[in-house]
Amino acid sequence: MELKVVVFWVFSLVLIGAAVGVITTRNPVQAALFLVLAFFNSAIIWMLMEAEFLAITLVLVYVGAVMVLFLFVVMMLDVNLVPQREGFTRYLPLGGLIAATIVVQMIFLIRVRWFSPENFPAPTPRGADYSNTEELGRAIYTDYLFQFEVAAVILLVAIIAAIALTMRRRPDTKYQTPGEQVQVKKEDRLRVVSMDAEK
Amino acid sequence: MIPLSHYLTLGAILFGLSIAGIFLNRKNIIIILMSIELMLLAVNMNFVAFSYYLGDTAGQVFVFFILTVAAAEAAIGLAILVVLFRNRGTINVADLDELQG
Repeated sequence: MELKVVVFWVFSLVLIGAAVGVITTRNPVQAALFLVLAFFNSAIIWMLMEAEFLAITLVLVYVGAVMVLFLFVVMMLDVNLVPQREGFTRYLPLGGLIAATIVVQMIFLIRVRWFSPENFPAPTPRGADYSNTEELGRAIYTDYLFQFEVAAVILLVAIIAAIALTMRRRPDTKYQTPGEQVQVKKEDRLRVVSMDAEK
Repeated sequence: MIPLSHYLTLGAILFGLSIAGIFLNRKNIIIILMSIELMLLAVNMNFVAFSYYLGDTAGQVFVFFILTVAAAEAAIGLAILVVLFRNRGTINVADLDELQG
């Protein structure tokens, strides 16, 4: 068996196992760590499809930023674990049935002859001098420039919204006003009193 | 050689698992947010697969934008969660019943 096929099967099985772990584990911290495992495995699978830039972005942005944010919030909020689990077995038949129905329908759609290897042959592997980052960058900065700037605005809005939501104003906190401190004159602070010398 | 349908099936299974996760963990809003991230990952898997097999970079550009929006969504969602916990002292979904008509 070819090496790429082995890599695909191993990492996709671990990916599915990690996804099952995310939705079935009792502890939110463990769920976040399973999700980190899932992102690592799908980054490897994207590497198989020659999407190197996106694979590294997935590890950097998701594992490095988003999942750390998740872990931070999970550990900051004092989540009592016991009542969170109620209803798990009650919703298991309905949720499993709906999910299984959706998966079976999608697999029926995928298994039709249109997606067969004759219609979608595997592309020839690119040479070592091919740069996925360069091609993606060229597409983003020429054809998709406006969309790229909209994405930048979305990130800016997210930054402002997150700060504005979580910033806490305490009314009894004392603040310095540096402008007034700089403009202060000698007369405001120092008063020369003339008085008789003591004998 | 790995056919396209393998990648699409993997994406479908991930999507189904995340739907089941939303149903099973409907008391725990953090796991629901994680399931949404998993769902976006499944969609991204399909985009990358089609981009590879059709030889078109547009799919990868779209995944790039999905990653951007997902990061913004996670940041704002977790900020809302923190404010909710600070104001109400709970993030249990059953206790969040202020908005009844």
